[in-house]
Amino acid sequence: MRIALRTAALAYLGALVLVPLGMILYRTFENGFVAFYEQVTTPAALAAVSLSLTIVAIVVPLNVIFGVVTALALARGNFPGRGILQAVVDLPFAVSPVIVGVALILFWGNDGWLGGALPVIFSLPGMVLATIFVTLPFVVREVEPVLAEVGTDAEEAAATLGASKWQTFWRITLPAIKVGLAYGVVLTVARSLGEFGALTVVAGGVAGESQTLTLLVHARYIDDHNVFGAYAASTLLMGLALLTLVLMTTLQRKRA
Amino acid sequence: MITVTHVTKRFGDFVALDDVSLEVPDGSLTALLGPSGSGKSTLLRIIGGLETADAGTVTIHGEDVTNVTPQKRGIGFVFQHYAAFKHMSVRDNVGFGLKIRKVPKAQIAARVDELLSIVGLAGLADRYPNQLSGGQRQRMALARALAVEPKVLLLDEPFGALDAKVRAELREWLRRLHEEVHVTTLLVTHDQEEAMSIADNIAVMDNARIMQVGNPRELYDRPANPFVMGFLGPVAQLDGTLVRPHDIAIRAEPEEGGREAQVRRVSHLGFEVRVELVLAEGEPVFAQLTRTEAEELDLSPGDIVWLRTAGGTALAA
Repeated sequence: MRIALRTAALAYLGALVLVPLGMILYRTFENGFVAFYEQVTTPAALAAVSLSLTIVAIVVPLNVIFGVVTALALARGNFPGRGILQAVVDLPFAVSPVIVGVALILFWGNDGWLGGALPVIFSLPGMVLATIFVTLPFVVREVEPVLAEVGTDAEEAAATLGASKWQTFWRITLPAIKVGLAYGVVLTVARSLGEFGALTVVAGGVAGESQTLTLLVHARYIDDHNVFGAYAASTLLMGLALLTLVLMTTLQRKRA
Repeated sequence: MITVTHVTKRFGDFVALDDVSLEVPDGSLTALLGPSGSGKSTLLRIIGGLETADAGTVTIHGEDVTNVTPQKRGIGFVFQHYAAFKHMSVRDNVGFGLKIRKVPKAQIAARVDELLSIVGLAGLADRYPNQLSGGQRQRMALARALAVEPKVLLLDEPFGALDAKVRAELREWLRRLHEEVHVTTLLVTHDQEEAMSIADNIAVMDNARIMQVGNPRELYDRPANPFVMGFLGPVAQLDGTLVRPHDIAIRAEPEEGGREAQVRRVSHLGFEVRVELVLAEGEPVFAQLTRTEAEELDLSPGDIVWLRTAGGTALAA
């Protein structure tokens, strides 16, 4: 019975995940490593990697700060509108990224509420905003339960020992939520690298300028008919994602 | 001395403290005793600055601290569930307050060593809280609170999370520690035996108010009301009067003013013998006898006896 269950699970995962991804790997390297290397070091590819990593580098610190602040408000505060805040935090899970892109254009675009006063759409700020929107819940949802679990005793003890609020946060609260926070960061990184839907709408997709790795894969495959190039870029994207996944598993093991 | 004057505290519609006033004498070990929900922990947290009173004032050593933050009250606080800093070693836990005060490292190390030997954790300085037993964690928490030389020590059900044996040991140990360190100490407990055995002064609380303050003997012998009497020890009712069961005398022969009763059950609890009886009117009552008394009477269920109160404490029910 157990063996049957395992086989079923493995076959399911294999057909849906492992085999398709394995096919990409096979196609990427069937012409050797050099061919792969050439495809991922073209100016457009290098610009895409750099843009994707730039977005991650901006999104992660912002999500860490606002995620921790929001988690603290939700876990420790008892204020009117707390229920609404809870729902808003989960909204990005429910809303399709394409809608996020459309909404951003409605708000920031030339015909939008702000009348295009700021150059947001089709440039880095727009891509960052879209990515923040879709990754908003991760840090909050990882940190909030940890805060609730550790409680306020240790923080109160620190206060009676003379520690200011700021000192208490750095020396007591942050070390307590460290692992949950790191886990939230890894999820944010993985999701930021992989975001596609919202970016197809708000990122112009101009090669070398406003094209992330996911957009590059799409452009090469659909527009340029450079199928091999798309495989190579996909493998690079998967490599980065795999790196974060490995980090995540290590953290999980540490947390357990 | 800690002085609490006319303190009131509400949580929504719930009144936690209703116009409470209390004085904790210098150098005393005072217990705040009461059932859960009586407001005793809230009062302690208001004294410690962890909650703010809706009305009233708190002074510590003559200084009005009502609006002073916990950081600046000069208190040591010990929590029921230890509130250990889990990511720090025992040494760093105990030295935390001194580090915040920017005391030189060498001085911190010396003070921590001294405190750890006082609380009996000398060899465990480099352990982490999760490597300690509950009793050891609470002694670490106490050392941590004492490290900053607080003016007063506030303990919130400090032994509540420990098993009975360790609890009894730590009580004894705290009593001795208090005799050495002599810092004014206020301890919250719901356990009357704990309060009676370690405190020299007890404030009994019920329903957001202080019912009575006094030393253990006064409270036991001269309770101000039926609640205090019942909370501090067993109570039996005889002729509309509340008495201690050990103050009921049992006679095998009829006597003037005695009440006729029938023995229902006799339980031998070591030194004490507990006799359950029922009065002629059908009202149940119980009495405590010493072993010697019980042997002389040689009671068994069904026997008819005569009861009367033999001095001691009595309150109108």
